[in-house]
Amino acid sequence: MTQIGIVQEGPEEARVAATPATVQTLQGLGYEVAVEQGAGARSSYPDDAYERAGARIVSAAEAWASAIVLKVNPPTDAEITRLSDGATIVALLSPALRPDLVEKLAQRGITALALDAVPRISRAQSMDVLSSMANIAGYRAVVEAANEFGRFFTGQVTAAGKVPPAKVLVAGAGVAGLAAIGAASSLGAIVRATDPRPEVADQVSSIGGTYLAVDVEVEKSTDGYAKATSEDYDRRAAEIYTEQAEDVDIIVTTALIPGRAAPRLITASDVAKMKPGSVIVDMAAAQGGNVEGSVAGERIVTANGVIILGYTDLASRLATQASQLYGTNVANLVALLTPGKEGALEIDFDDVVQRSVTVVRDGAVTWPPPPVQVAAVPQAASAPAPAPVITEQKPMSAARKGVLIGVGVLALFLVNLFAPAPLPQHFTVLMLSVVIGFYVIGKVHHALHTPLMSVTNAISGVIVVGAMLQIIDSSPVVQVLAAVAVLLASINIFGGFAVTRRMLAMFTKGGQK
Amino acid sequence: MTVDALAGAAYIVAALLFILSLAGLSRHESARAGVIYGISGMTIALIATIALSVSHAWGGTGSTTGLVLLGVAVLIGAAIGLWRARVVQMTGMPELIALLHSFVGLAAVLVGWNGYLAHPDVAPGLEGIHNAEVFIGIFIGGVTFTGSIVAYLKLSAKISSRPLMLPGKNVLNIGALVAFIALTVWFVMDQQLWLLIAVTVLAFALGWHLVASIGGGDMPVVVSMLNSYSGWAAAAAGFLLNNDLLIVTGALVGSSGAYLSYIMCKAMNRSFLSVIAGGFGIVASTSSDEDHGEHREVTAEAAAGMLSQAQSVVITPGYGMAVAQAQYPVADLVAKLRERGVDVRFGIHPVAGRLPGHMNVLLAEAKVPYDIVLGMEEINDDLASTSVVLVIGANDTVNPAAAEDPSSPIAGMPVLRVWEAENVIVFKRSMAAGYAGVQNPLFFRDNAQMLFGDAKERVEDIIKAL
Repeated sequence: MTQIGIVQEGPEEARVAATPATVQTLQGLGYEVAVEQGAGARSSYPDDAYERAGARIVSAAEAWASAIVLKVNPPTDAEITRLSDGATIVALLSPALRPDLVEKLAQRGITALALDAVPRISRAQSMDVLSSMANIAGYRAVVEAANEFGRFFTGQVTAAGKVPPAKVLVAGAGVAGLAAIGAASSLGAIVRATDPRPEVADQVSSIGGTYLAVDVEVEKSTDGYAKATSEDYDRRAAEIYTEQAEDVDIIVTTALIPGRAAPRLITASDVAKMKPGSVIVDMAAAQGGNVEGSVAGERIVTANGVIILGYTDLASRLATQASQLYGTNVANLVALLTPGKEGALEIDFDDVVQRSVTVVRDGAVTWPPPPVQVAAVPQAASAPAPAPVITEQKPMSAARKGVLIGVGVLALFLVNLFAPAPLPQHFTVLMLSVVIGFYVIGKVHHALHTPLMSVTNAISGVIVVGAMLQIIDSSPVVQVLAAVAVLLASINIFGGFAVTRRMLAMFTKGGQK
Repeated sequence: MTVDALAGAAYIVAALLFILSLAGLSRHESARAGVIYGISGMTIALIATIALSVSHAWGGTGSTTGLVLLGVAVLIGAAIGLWRARVVQMTGMPELIALLHSFVGLAAVLVGWNGYLAHPDVAPGLEGIHNAEVFIGIFIGGVTFTGSIVAYLKLSAKISSRPLMLPGKNVLNIGALVAFIALTVWFVMDQQLWLLIAVTVLAFALGWHLVASIGGGDMPVVVSMLNSYSGWAAAAAGFLLNNDLLIVTGALVGSSGAYLSYIMCKAMNRSFLSVIAGGFGIVASTSSDEDHGEHREVTAEAAAGMLSQAQSVVITPGYGMAVAQAQYPVADLVAKLRERGVDVRFGIHPVAGRLPGHMNVLLAEAKVPYDIVLGMEEINDDLASTSVVLVIGANDTVNPAAAEDPSSPIAGMPVLRVWEAENVIVFKRSMAAGYAGVQNPLFFRDNAQMLFGDAKERVEDIIKAL
């Protein structure tokens, strides 16, 4: 039986790669699970909980010697040497930012799967650890900001005076940004959000934020991630950030571009314009920071009393929840890689998800994978300019209408002028009936279309009148034809009325049931 | 002459009753009264006509045979009609109505033929007009007859519902009209029997071609269009027989059918005139090979979980629900959810199903209260605040491409904006495209999940899971 090892993370990481619940999932896939002693302790998953779930509690050496090692953070050099030959390691590897790590893993001759390289396609959402972690981090960022902020988030009018609501700016409306918007607005703050992708405006407003648009043409995202922006855009965006910095109390920045340093959104002068006691949470601090002056992992207080939080372990600060989601993502990936559920890992390079996550395969570097186009994601958002051209039928032009009416009047005039006696009267009757028919059913309820049609159907069986008058003719041929016509029209009359009654009998109103 | 005068008065009463009948049918509250008006009007018209026939026939040659034939024909017709009305499945309504239209059409053809064969006393100077009326009556009746037959065959899946694509079909249609006018002029000048046969065949061919070239997805429009035609056929017979009741009734039915078609056309963003002319078989371009991404599947249990936690649920049924006969389990599901305090409503697209109002009839059959069944305009703005939308057997009517993709063949057609809801569960047999042959990007949206299989079984699974 293949053994999966769950190892202890470094001292700065509280998460763990599997929870008792996901251990059971892994066992269901045919694996044996070995958990390093104390691995889950900081996520509030004690060893005996793992034991109850069926895992073995083992020493660090034994856990690292497993054929498959599940981890959260990238392994250190020392940890890489502890892996057994031909092992598979699953972790957050950030292969684009750390080619050196990929190289070291390849030299070790193992297989390495980067969970953070899962492509953003609908099918892979269950493994998208970046989303699940970003969601937690975004929430936690607001909680951290609230902790530092010396005021309520929500506005109140009390006997002791009026409390204004806090104003929060969230830069970047990705998963983390949306989570932050949601958390801040549910605490009662006024939340604004920026993002280079105009299609997120609806998502922002759906969770209570206001989208601040940067009115510059932007390229549409094709892979679901934000892209680097143009110069014009950057200039206008910088103005927005400067304006907002003067106004808001809390800024949460979440702007990340995959494989690149984080864009600088808030300058030192913006920070200097903020009110004392304001809080900035720079969620991109680990990638260089969106805020000038932020330090990864540190709490900084500027000269004008603005607190800048550069925590890089926001998800880890909600360790129990984060471990649960991370563990589920990992288990889903392992499930995808274990099609037979017999405890044997297989990597199928024809599958775009499996191809994308594999950064090292049996000692060969397979990073970067071929690009994946996610057509569905940009389509899902409301399309930006140019607005879709709806090819609606144009109403007739006034001139054309006039001509048509003129022709109609002329035709009637000619008929009346030249047609002999009974015809003009017939036309009068016809025209009046047409208008009556039109007005009478003009307001028909949509539910009654079918009954109306079957009634008109029955009524048009009135043609039987014609056949009945002909049936008394002396010619047998005429009589037979007329009899057939009477028969057909009778089917119509009786059938039509009967079926309409049957239908109407079925319509009931809620209260009358 | 007293009988004639009485009959004339009776006809006026009948015509008024027919107007009241149509007016009644436009509202739920008065619909049943509307049917009563219609039946009363018809009874009065028939009694008056029979009285008229009897008084005219008294002592005439062949009158006894005629009256006996009349009685027998009415009895047989009534028996068949009542029997069909009793046994028809509600899902089979479109077929029945199409078939009934064809009867009116054929009756009009026969009346037209008799108008020629019976040689009625026509005032001198009116022969030409009489002959033209014979032709017009036969022509409209013939088109209605074969058109309805083709519609019936398509709706009952006895022939493929694919649009027939003859080269130059518009030329064929216009050619048939021109030929009809030419034949009429010829017939007015020289009354030959073969001309009558020719125009009948021409009308049959045109009717067949008109409807054959229309795809199954457009059937709601076709059925109401044929409804209109059958009215005009009756009106033409009225001109022929100098009978105002026929003219009034025919015009009522004709214009109300045309108005219904107009509503349908608006719902599908089609030009009304081109529909009436029949030249609107849409170019059903097959879906492009564009990569729409991946769709996600959901199990009935998971769907039940979503429904039980939902605040509000909107169900948008389509023809697929009718095919799977899923309306009863759907009604059960609705009742269960309403008991739990979930706000459940139905959103009906005007062209859902194969007949205007088809879905309403099916839901009514399953005892879904009609005040929670809403039309597209009524529900569309609420969809964004809906927790779960169940799309049951609908496809083109919920296709976001119609609103967002100007190059789509269904671009501009108003659709139910289900994709704005929080979650969408699509009941579908497979990933095949809808009637319009257009791929549906809805299925690949992040908030959409597919529940594959027979809609009835899946809905029953959900009820079980609840």
